[in-house]
Amino acid sequence: MTCDEAEVLLHALIDGELDAGHAREVESHIAGCPRCAAALRDYREMSKAIAEAGAGYTAPAALRQRIEAALPQPRAVPNRRAVLRGFAMGSAVSVLAATGLVAIVLRNDDVERIQSEVVSAHLRSLQAGHLTDVISTDQHTVKPWFNGKLDVSPPVIDLTAQGFTLIGGRLDYIDARAIGAVVYRRRQHVINLFVSQTSSTERRPAKIDTIQGFNIRHWSDRGLNYWAVSDLAKDELADFGERFESAIRAAG
Amino acid sequence: MPIRASDDDPEKARRFREAALPYLDDAYTLARYLLRNAADAEDAVQECYLRAFRHFDSYRGPAMKPWLFAILRNVCRAEYARRATAPTSAIEDVTESAEQTPLWHEAEETPEAQLQRRWDSDTIRRLVAALAEPFRETFVLREIQNLSYREIAKVAEVPVGTVMSRLARARAMLRSAWLAEEEQ
Repeated sequence: MTCDEAEVLLHALIDGELDAGHAREVESHIAGCPRCAAALRDYREMSKAIAEAGAGYTAPAALRQRIEAALPQPRAVPNRRAVLRGFAMGSAVSVLAATGLVAIVLRNDDVERIQSEVVSAHLRSLQAGHLTDVISTDQHTVKPWFNGKLDVSPPVIDLTAQGFTLIGGRLDYIDARAIGAVVYRRRQHVINLFVSQTSSTERRPAKIDTIQGFNIRHWSDRGLNYWAVSDLAKDELADFGERFESAIRAAG
Repeated sequence: MPIRASDDDPEKARRFREAALPYLDDAYTLARYLLRNAADAEDAVQECYLRAFRHFDSYRGPAMKPWLFAILRNVCRAEYARRATAPTSAIEDVTESAEQTPLWHEAEETPEAQLQRRWDSDTIRRLVAALAEPFRETFVLREIQNLSYREIAKVAEVPVGTVMSRLARARAMLRSAWLAEEEQ
């Protein structure tokens, strides 16, 4: 890697926007280049100084009032619960602003972005001929198909007896990375289970969100991130996730 | 059957307040940096929120902040256009050639000349405000508003590659300015 390339890419490194491969390339260039190393150190210092000092502005109260006044007003006097809810939200926001929890804000943005990519990938897969690269109801066919195509093969679990038929696997792209998708069917509903590697081995319990009418159950376990996406109802998708997780645990 | 949301629908207004008002300080911050003037920033943010409310029915997520910023940026661009025809134009430093200037070759500091001092927020605001327009916008969206490159690309209506080169240039310029301040 040349300095000219590193000079642009080191920013993506600072901002956590580089994939692991490029990050390693930039880091190895920096290890041998004092000029780029100095720049990286200064940029990190600058970001830190800005985050610590805070360079934002607070909107004047009068502006807030003008906007409030311009919006249609609630007809009824707000009940006690609505007042409390408003208060709780206001204080959560100011705590965030006050402590400058930049990393958390960033991560939430990322989570939202990745979830919307997961839904897009699910939608793409439903177009004719895009659902599976390997078609098989046999986990011993689907699992080895992924070998060599990805850094980590997704676990392929047969849940036919539990009412979720394995129909195959597919390579997909989420967050500009190749990722494995294991495809299941329940009645006429397709479930895409996207699996990617994560640097954290911490187990994160499942969370279900709804985006554009699709339900997403996301969890992390043993260094893998999982997103199960479907138009199935939330309780059925939760059931799928729980059965998958307990089958994994049973398999050791 | 759902009731069609109209502009005087209190339920729509309530949802809009909950979704959009938490970003009021962020929107005001962006407007202050883009317009470099407190009164104009207030007007732009107010206009942005009213436009956002009118278009709230078409909002499909996922992230409210970049959606608001895209609207705010258009409002601010209308303000630039107004200023460009006014006799005292404040946004004269938008130069096309600035983007073609090669990166970096302006900063010839040795690795030893590293950033030493902590800056207060007024100094940071002044240094950032002095950046030329497209670099300042990208820098603020990244460094102060914490948008991802893709979100910045959407808000600024440029490819991600342009975001990366503008950000590299913005940080290089700010670093030079920072080092110059320290020498004083």
